[in-house]
Amino acid sequence: MSENMQRPLSPHLQVYKPQLTSVTSILHRATGYGLSVGLAFFTWWLVAAASGPEAYQTFTSFCGSLLGIGLLFGWSLAFYYHLANGIRHLIWDSGFLFKIKNAYAAGYFVLFFTVVMTALTWVCIMSSY
Amino acid sequence: MAQFTLPKNSKVKKGDKYNGANGATRKRIFKVYRWDPDDEDNPRLDEYTIDLDKCGPMVLDALIHIKDNIDSTLTFRRSCREGICGSCAMNIDGTNTLACTKDIDDCNGDIKVRPLPHMPVVKDLVPDLNHVYAQYETIEPWMKTDSPAPDRERLQSSEDANLLNGDDGNGPAGCILCFCCSTSCPSYWWNGDRFMGPAVLLQAYRWIADTRDEATGERLDNLEDPFRLYRCHTIMNCTNTCPKGLNPAKAIAEIKKLMVTRR
Repeated sequence: MSENMQRPLSPHLQVYKPQLTSVTSILHRATGYGLSVGLAFFTWWLVAAASGPEAYQTFTSFCGSLLGIGLLFGWSLAFYYHLANGIRHLIWDSGFLFKIKNAYAAGYFVLFFTVVMTALTWVCIMSSY
Repeated sequence: MAQFTLPKNSKVKKGDKYNGANGATRKRIFKVYRWDPDDEDNPRLDEYTIDLDKCGPMVLDALIHIKDNIDSTLTFRRSCREGICGSCAMNIDGTNTLACTKDIDDCNGDIKVRPLPHMPVVKDLVPDLNHVYAQYETIEPWMKTDSPAPDRERLQSSEDANLLNGDDGNGPAGCILCFCCSTSCPSYWWNGDRFMGPAVLLQAYRWIADTRDEATGERLDNLEDPFRLYRCHTIMNCTNTCPKGLNPAKAIAEIKKLMVTRR
């Protein structure tokens, strides 16, 4: 073996089987970024409301567009997920839910909560139209 | 910034096929990561078809069978073959475990065997463990006391001993330093140069929790660092993968709690 030879790095992300706990972890980060983007959207809403009826009209028509609805839907999904999983993290930080069985149960609950709450929210929105 | 893909020299190529199961009724294909420092070539995944009737029940038995009967160049670490030495830790079927305690029948389809993830490879299934051992040394894994040594052992109540052994036998003292957990941890993959990783933190906790040790404050000081301890984001791959059923994630959470409560 030559002196300056580089050892290869063994495969990692490419081969490691996703676990419920690792998937919920990366989703937490992704939804966190998503919510930051949503915050810009939220700011636009406030600025538009303060700027007058024309600006507000532009905002609401964007929200009614397919892209707008898509963004709002994604934002609500990210919000409920990040909220529930954030609480799961707080429980972990207090030293609980570390048995694999419990960590998984809480993970599935977070996913269930996210789907149900997002669905409920959109049912409320749709039925008010 | 973490590199999520493999460097050029580490990309795994298709390997050779070996059939060691002529006339066998129970066959199984093992796809094994191979890299030889004497070739100037990339790693490859060799395929071995083996006769399960001529081989023991565990994945380690299959590897030994391959080495003895099909390809003597296959290189891996093994010693106790009963899950207590930690030598044969590797990535089997996408998760880390000990080859000697992993039943072939518990694997699905073709069995992929690779070295522990995100480690420099010495040869085939043998990873370079120098860095994790050096990190282990930094937590000073021995009893530190100021009080004069008594004439006999330092005694512990069984409750205090349970902090180390666990009331279910799965406490931090059960760790065999196989590093399945550390090499399963994405945080350790991206920040292993500074993050201690679950195995070393579990051992740090083993000494912090030891009621006979008198250096708890010093040990916590040593870990109070954004990288050494706090790169743990409770991903829990460590606890999921531990072949001894220990709970590094819980131990790390206990250290984090102590960091707060001692203020």
